[in-house]
Amino acid sequence: MPDASSTAAPAAHDRPDVAVELENVTFSYDVRKILSGISMTIPKGKVVAIMGLSGSGKTTILRLIGGQIKPRSGRVIVGGQSVPDLDREALFALRRQIGMLFQFGALFTDMTVFENIAFAMREHTDLPEELVRDLVLMKLHAVGLRGAAYLRPSELSGGMARRVALARAIALDPMLVMYDEPFAGLDPISLGIIGQLIRRLNDALGITSVVVTHDVYESLKIVDYIYFVSDGRIVAQGTAQEIRASREAYVRQFVDGEADGPVPFQYPARSYRQELFADA
Amino acid sequence: MPSAALTGLAVLVRRIGGGTLAAITTVGFATRFFLAVARHSPAAVRRLQLTLREIYFAGVLSLIIILVSGIFVGMVLALQGYEVLNRYGADESLGILVALSLVRELGPVVAGLLFASRAGSAVTAEIGLMKATEQLSAMEMMAVDPMARVVAPRFWGGMIAMPLLAGLFSMLGIFGAYLVGVKLIGIDAGAFWGNMRAAVDFRYDVLNGIIKSVVFGFAVSMIAVFEGYTSQPTAEGVSSATTRTVVASSLTILALDFVLTVFMFRGLGV
Repeated sequence: MPDASSTAAPAAHDRPDVAVELENVTFSYDVRKILSGISMTIPKGKVVAIMGLSGSGKTTILRLIGGQIKPRSGRVIVGGQSVPDLDREALFALRRQIGMLFQFGALFTDMTVFENIAFAMREHTDLPEELVRDLVLMKLHAVGLRGAAYLRPSELSGGMARRVALARAIALDPMLVMYDEPFAGLDPISLGIIGQLIRRLNDALGITSVVVTHDVYESLKIVDYIYFVSDGRIVAQGTAQEIRASREAYVRQFVDGEADGPVPFQYPARSYRQELFADA
Repeated sequence: MPSAALTGLAVLVRRIGGGTLAAITTVGFATRFFLAVARHSPAAVRRLQLTLREIYFAGVLSLIIILVSGIFVGMVLALQGYEVLNRYGADESLGILVALSLVRELGPVVAGLLFASRAGSAVTAEIGLMKATEQLSAMEMMAVDPMARVVAPRFWGGMIAMPLLAGLFSMLGIFGAYLVGVKLIGIDAGAFWGNMRAAVDFRYDVLNGIIKSVVFGFAVSMIAVFEGYTSQPTAEGVSSATTRTVVASSLTILALDFVLTVFMFRGLGV
């Protein structure tokens, strides 16, 4: 397995095969440190997972890639452009090439499924309405929900909403799609469907996918490469096979779902004996 | 103990300082927010369909409460007004009393208060929930500015709907007063309408009433979109933002009404 702290990679500007590169990125909210020196490379055409516990800083990485927040230090390069240095117009131009699936879909509740997917097309292109219709139905067909085009988001199950959000994320044929916890709260069948869709769409459309998740079982089936993040640092990385075979304690605890290990079961507290017998 | 007093004083100074800084930050943020809404207002015109939809939600859907309230306020005003005017034998001036009260004050103020409760709260809750369910973030990530797509149309929808609702409130109020004064009590219809037409001045009364309703529409709509946009993205956050919209809008309307009345009608000795 490659060394987690290796950062000696050439700049993404010079590397057409790299979709996203983070170089020694730090980020904090006020004094609370979220990321400390994250470096990762996401090659074009690959499905890369960022895994870790809740609150480990995974979603923050997606927000940095999408330019919603700026790093304290370090570089965030997407498609050869330094995201923190982009002005609003250039950032919006870049975002048109990025699709994002939010944790619970974030579908627009005042629109139908069809309108949700047509939204970006209508906002950013002058395509005639007949063409928009055909494109929307094609995207919906790709996720198996052409028949649900005229339903409202409130009429969809959790799994269907996630698939619609996926169709919306690929509406403008992006170069990069980011998935924020795409498996959270889904039944096993929906979970499998979403996993397969992520892989199939990535390969069929030639896009790059970044999947933030803590679902080890589903992710290992579909991803090419995995970064493990803990306390704002990359603690392990490797291909699915390397991760399965890894002897590293954190990875083992995560993959095997052990209650205790490098991530302790007990929240920090004074000693149990002291707590119980302090007043005795 | 001097040290305890000093500590108490330090805490007090710190609290005042903290409160002042927070207030200045809010005012600064609200000003920037207002400028952003102004900057994106041409988008509300370009996206006329969206603005029309918001006029429908803020205006047409508020019609029932505005019209029913208007007619009842007019009827009560006629009953109370008649009771007092009759003591002085001036019951034929009922039309003047009702029209001036409604056009100058009650129309804009009561319609504004009802508008804040009905439409302002709905706008805040809607934007707040869109934020809590990441719909605004999703829009941003799709390279669409929520200020242009969500905030500006809602602001202009409220801004346009409010003066129309206030006008309708006054009209229905006058109609309610007519029903009570002329049809029920039996005041001469000619005197009721004739005195009203003679005494109500378009510029002084009607125009000033319209100006008030435009100002209240601006205040309520701005407070509603601001509170929604800045609400905490939780159920509790959206709930308290909605409450703040109603409370802040109502107090702002009443305070602004006093200020505007002083400037508009002081020449008449009001």
